[in-house]
Amino acid sequence: MEKRARFKSAWLPYALVTPQILVTLLFFFWPAAQALYQSVLIQDSFGTTSQFVWFDNFRDLFNDANYLESFKTTAMFSIMVAFFGLSLSLILAVFADRIIKGASVYKTFLIWPYAVSPVVVGVLWLFLMNPTLGVIAHALRNIGVEWNNLLNGTHAMILIVMAAIWKQISYNFLFFLAGLQAIPKSLIEAAAIDGAGPVRRFFTIVFPLLSPTTFFLLVINIVYSFFDTFAIIEATTHGGPGKETEILVYKVFQDGFRGGDLGSSAAQSVVLMVIVITLTVLQFKYVERKVQYS
Amino acid sequence: MQSKWKPLAAASLCAMMAASAHAATEVTWWHSMTGALGDRVAGLADQFNKSQSEYKVNPIFKGSYDEAMAAAIAAYRAGNAPHILQVFEVGTATMMYSKGAIMPVTEVMKSAGEKFDASVYVPAVAGYYTSPKGDMVSFPFNSSTTVFYYNKDMFAKAGLDPNKPPATWQEVVSAAAKLKANGEKCAYTTGWQSWVHLESFSAWHNIEFASKNNGFGGLDARLKFNSPVHVKHIENLANWAKQGYFTYAGRKNEPEAKFYSGECAMLSSSSSAYANISKNAKFKFAASTLPYYSDVQGAPQNTIIGGASLWVMSGKKTDEYKAVAKFFKFLSQPEVQAKWHQETGYLPITNAAYELTKKSGFYQKSPDPEVAVQQMIVKTTAKSRGIRLGSFVQIRTIIDEELETVWNGKKTAQEALDTAVRRGDELLVRFERANK
Repeated sequence: MEKRARFKSAWLPYALVTPQILVTLLFFFWPAAQALYQSVLIQDSFGTTSQFVWFDNFRDLFNDANYLESFKTTAMFSIMVAFFGLSLSLILAVFADRIIKGASVYKTFLIWPYAVSPVVVGVLWLFLMNPTLGVIAHALRNIGVEWNNLLNGTHAMILIVMAAIWKQISYNFLFFLAGLQAIPKSLIEAAAIDGAGPVRRFFTIVFPLLSPTTFFLLVINIVYSFFDTFAIIEATTHGGPGKETEILVYKVFQDGFRGGDLGSSAAQSVVLMVIVITLTVLQFKYVERKVQYS
Repeated sequence: MQSKWKPLAAASLCAMMAASAHAATEVTWWHSMTGALGDRVAGLADQFNKSQSEYKVNPIFKGSYDEAMAAAIAAYRAGNAPHILQVFEVGTATMMYSKGAIMPVTEVMKSAGEKFDASVYVPAVAGYYTSPKGDMVSFPFNSSTTVFYYNKDMFAKAGLDPNKPPATWQEVVSAAAKLKANGEKCAYTTGWQSWVHLESFSAWHNIEFASKNNGFGGLDARLKFNSPVHVKHIENLANWAKQGYFTYAGRKNEPEAKFYSGECAMLSSSSSAYANISKNAKFKFAASTLPYYSDVQGAPQNTIIGGASLWVMSGKKTDEYKAVAKFFKFLSQPEVQAKWHQETGYLPITNAAYELTKKSGFYQKSPDPEVAVQQMIVKTTAKSRGIRLGSFVQIRTIIDEELETVWNGKKTAQEALDTAVRRGDELLVRFERANK
């Protein structure tokens, strides 16, 4: 069977892809080029004076022990967000897939958090976990846990990981649910007839068939935790206590937007860009091999 | 198609002509005042607009101080800045060194032919916004300072004299110990730790926060807040945290809630917290001067201002600057100033407004706002005039981060302050380079 679409005229295909290419150039390549250019400049906040400084911004960054520490924090944070976020949403999707009565109600509730903006998510969790006023903090104190995310780095990390996961769970859930519903029932029934229990069926049939979805979500979740979480941190911990929850993207936001130091901020975003490109390439090169598409 | 648009075009043309026929010169004012304060700002603009017909001020709320400043910077880069911008005290150096982006207030007034006398302003306020050449660069508007609040009911219950607030840090500790022994969970907490415990602390004890008179002397100033007196104070606080006398509750004004909810007995924070405290507290409380160390020579001097001032952006029309000058003149009137001070809890920024408030008998009814005023009206020294450092927003964050590692026991006071000074100095070097 011929799968390729054929165009009679020579220019039509180009005309059809032009809008997409324009959007990509305008909103992705141009800003990226701007960031590259800014990263070799030192400017005052208003941009009235600027100097070309070669790679001084990068040198300053990598001479800063705190910046290097922030890589570790980011790695920890994104691994936790991706791992717990994916596992939790998979469990929820499996359960939602099995439910027959009131399934749409459960699904609606699970999709809800996605409509909430990251800042609101942050504030919501901040109130729940606030050492003085928080409901959850109060409950924890009753069982003997002195919750204090203001001074305890581990507690602060748990707080932002939970908020980040909560926000992303709906997205993951939707994809997992769609993936689960696409698995042919006949395969599972055949396995059941052969005497495989639910757990066995899940690990030998369902999960491998879900692997393309899982892989896609893994990439999305890593990118999410790298780029989309600064609002949560701004609303909850401000990177504290100390610098224990300062992930890379938060520092970009803090230095560039609040501190007015565009040179350093641009250099940091270039570093981030390189990291995410590398991670994505590595994932596609090595993780994708373990993914079964058919 | 064409016939459909014609009447619309004609109508809009008419509207435009009608507007320009008796148009007042309009100026935009970006501010960060929310809630009741936002209403007061709108009220001020309204009062000015109604007082004459030539000029019109449009106040626009642009988010928190740092958001408004970032928005104005972006707008300036796009050639679309507002006429007047409210900037918090931390952004002063950034605004001042932005070559050509702003027009000094003295110049605005001079070009509009308005008389402008900087000496009518309270020295600690005026000094903060005065350039090395002696020109007032921005218009003082809402200034606050650091004060000390205490819960009179808790003091009485613990056997302390509710009419005698602790004046020194030594007295704070002994009061905290008594409160603790009496079963209070939180004896003392503080808002704005960098502002209260390092910035104001330095001025209050007449020691330098940074070299070159805290940055007033030039861009090559470097941080000096790791002196023995500073280290001793932070070390004391860390020990009090360990003993349960001092509770850390957040970087900004979050700790204020702990005070007015009745959880903490003592609080050091902004004088502008007064409005919220008096609204929410269900107990008797009072404001008092910031504690000091009696063994430090020169203490107490004066505390440092916070709050914000109004900056005029460059590149506008002559008429518009005239409007701005008229508006500033309106704001400087003692009656307007005094009312703003009494309604908001911000400092009266002119001596006349203070005198007027005193004469009106306002302080007899509510004596607490006067504490802040008295702390400020004393003469300033070179070390207590204020702080003018580049990248100060980031330096405050660094201080917050390092202090937190002291409160949770990861670093000693000496280590943390040394690190904060080193990290802050790196930023100052960058700022110096960017603004040369």
